[in-house]
Amino acid sequence: MFSNLAEKLQDTFRRLKGKGKLSEKDVDAAMREIRLALLEADVNFKVVKDFVSSVRERAVGQEVMSSLTPGQQVIKIVNEEMTRLMGDKQSALAKAGKGPTTVMMVGLQGSGKTTTAVKLAAHLRREGRNPYLVAADIYRPGAVKQLEVLSESIGAKCYSNLEADPLEICREGLKIAGQEGSDVVIFDTAGRLHIDEEMMSEIGSIKSEIKPDEVLLVVDAMTGQDAVNAAASFNEAVGLSGVILTKLDGDTRGGAALSVRKVTGCPIKFVGVGEKIEALEPFYPDRMASRILGMGDVLSLIEKAEATIDQDKAKEMEKKLRQQQFTLEDFKDQMVQLRSMGSLDDILNMLPEGGGIPKELKQMSLNEDSLKRVEAIISSMTKQERYNPSILNSSRRRRIARGSGTTVQDVNRLLNQFNQMQKMFKQMNASGKKGMTKKMKKMKKRFPF
Amino acid sequence: MGLINQFKTGLARSKSGFMGRLGGLFSAGEIDDDFYEELEEILVSGDVGVQTSIKLVDRLREKVKESRIREREEAKNLLLELIIEIMQPGEPATEPDQKPYVILLVGVNGSGKTTSAAKLAGLYRRDNHQVILVAGDTFRAAAIEQLEIWAERAGVDLIKTQAGSDSSALFFDAMNAARSRDVDVVIGDTAGRLHSRYNLMEELNKIHRVIGRNTPGAPHQVLLVVDATTGQNAVAQARSFNQSLPVDGLILTKLDGTARGGIVINIQDELGIPVRYVGTGEKIEDLAPFNPKDFARALLEI
Repeated sequence: MFSNLAEKLQDTFRRLKGKGKLSEKDVDAAMREIRLALLEADVNFKVVKDFVSSVRERAVGQEVMSSLTPGQQVIKIVNEEMTRLMGDKQSALAKAGKGPTTVMMVGLQGSGKTTTAVKLAAHLRREGRNPYLVAADIYRPGAVKQLEVLSESIGAKCYSNLEADPLEICREGLKIAGQEGSDVVIFDTAGRLHIDEEMMSEIGSIKSEIKPDEVLLVVDAMTGQDAVNAAASFNEAVGLSGVILTKLDGDTRGGAALSVRKVTGCPIKFVGVGEKIEALEPFYPDRMASRILGMGDVLSLIEKAEATIDQDKAKEMEKKLRQQQFTLEDFKDQMVQLRSMGSLDDILNMLPEGGGIPKELKQMSLNEDSLKRVEAIISSMTKQERYNPSILNSSRRRRIARGSGTTVQDVNRLLNQFNQMQKMFKQMNASGKKGMTKKMKKMKKRFPF
Repeated sequence: MGLINQFKTGLARSKSGFMGRLGGLFSAGEIDDDFYEELEEILVSGDVGVQTSIKLVDRLREKVKESRIREREEAKNLLLELIIEIMQPGEPATEPDQKPYVILLVGVNGSGKTTSAAKLAGLYRRDNHQVILVAGDTFRAAAIEQLEIWAERAGVDLIKTQAGSDSSALFFDAMNAARSRDVDVVIGDTAGRLHSRYNLMEELNKIHRVIGRNTPGAPHQVLLVVDATTGQNAVAQARSFNQSLPVDGLILTKLDGTARGGIVINIQDELGIPVRYVGTGEKIEDLAPFNPKDFARALLEI
């Protein structure tokens, strides 16, 4: 998601990496690039100024001069500063001491409050809690209905009252939610401009009435320089406790994440990553920083892979690879596992830029459809064919193509790929046991199976 | 109330105190490096983007040199001209020259398509045109209900279908309905979609094709709705939407906040897509044809 910025910063650091030691001039050049990249990523220009100067301060001078690899040192500093800017640790949702936890959603029009309110409720339901939604947006036509429909779709209850004003609705909603034994109440307020004093005082009074445990600002990840103004005003008017960043599944560089965090001092708690109700994830500042810097979200990926891939199966696979018994059957197993890890785009996005998968590969060949096709082709083979693909003559290939709804060319392509993989494994074996494990690890990074 | 005044009240209401600082930039003193630097900051903070800001400031430098200007006050007009030059409005395509005249609204989620569709319908309605709205957002929960309420406010008919059904089919029917009801203008709302979602963009292309097959030459205008608070990503949005279907113009929404929407300069400069309308409030009449001069002044906060 931040790939453009990541590429830019990496470009800068590549130049730094080549040098033995860094002069002040080198650092300046790098900082100029970083400044430009951050501005183009929509980080607010004041935030950029502060950031660049604090990095420069740390980079020029002893730390760099005494370091053996100055380039790495700078990356480390930038990474640390970036992580610090976004708030060091992942921040969970507050819980009320007694009674239901109350969460209030606020934000500009169109930032995604209503959708996010329901996504949050769905997230809490998955954690075994019992959320209640309150529809306090009586201004936008259809907003109440939208919340009702979405709440119903996840099986959560929703309080609405088209006759009352927002303050009454919230008061009444809180009461009813408590009576019905709900442990989290989410208030969806109307979108408003931060300069609209009347509307801002409305959320102020709602806040003093229900005294929410969380006031979450919903921010569109595509927001530009103005993100700081809006966030600062909301914070001033109601006092925020956290931020949810939405629409992060687009190709925006999302500099708003850095800006908003900086001006409000509030942690980003969740990110919205798609139109589906489940598409809400916790925000991890450290991982996001690595991602911005082009190191990829390796942590996330490893975690995801570990959760999905059966450890025993992985061991067996390794053994087979060593004995060169890697068959099409195994190939298919891996495809299935790979797919169960989520969308391929998700996984590829988590891999480091440059270091892991070449850019070209990211763009071509590995789309979800082709994985499905591979699976279909192998499934159309007999057991014997899967274990011994050399028996696949043209008539067999035609039959497989027909059976899998593909063409003979597709079948041939797959067999070629498989052959190449086998060859690669042979080479790995030839390079000896010691070298192999290292390469295996590298391979694992490259293809998470 | 003109756009520029709405801006000014907006800015005056904001506590950021921009007005004071920027009034100062162009008011007095000689043109020096500080002036250019501060100007670049103003432009960047208005989402014009670094490259374009640098380009604008460089061009201003040249012009200042050419015309041997020294005072900041005089440079103000030069810069306004530069921006207006980029943002020239083209022909205001507000008069429907076909019947039915079809306008399709597209954009990312939350940019303000549904509201803009209603406002646009109101605009044509006030000009005594026979208008129908098409509730093409069949995906988002209650989007149809939202437009239904708006249609009532605008006093126009709404063509709708069940939530979750195929939008292209709805548009096909809507075109037939428009002809049989002898309607002048058809305004189509569509579901919000991120431009990076291939399938959703293909769907939009299909809607465009279906309308064209039913009524050759339609849609006569495809307008991309862009939220003024959007940053540099808006260029990517415009580029992708324009690749899926020909985008004729922009509607810049939410200009009543403190965001200045400078990103449309990049879009106009890079892709040649002009701004047609600006949205400046939540009421149905809060949509106005784009005026480059007002925009330039508001952008520079003067």
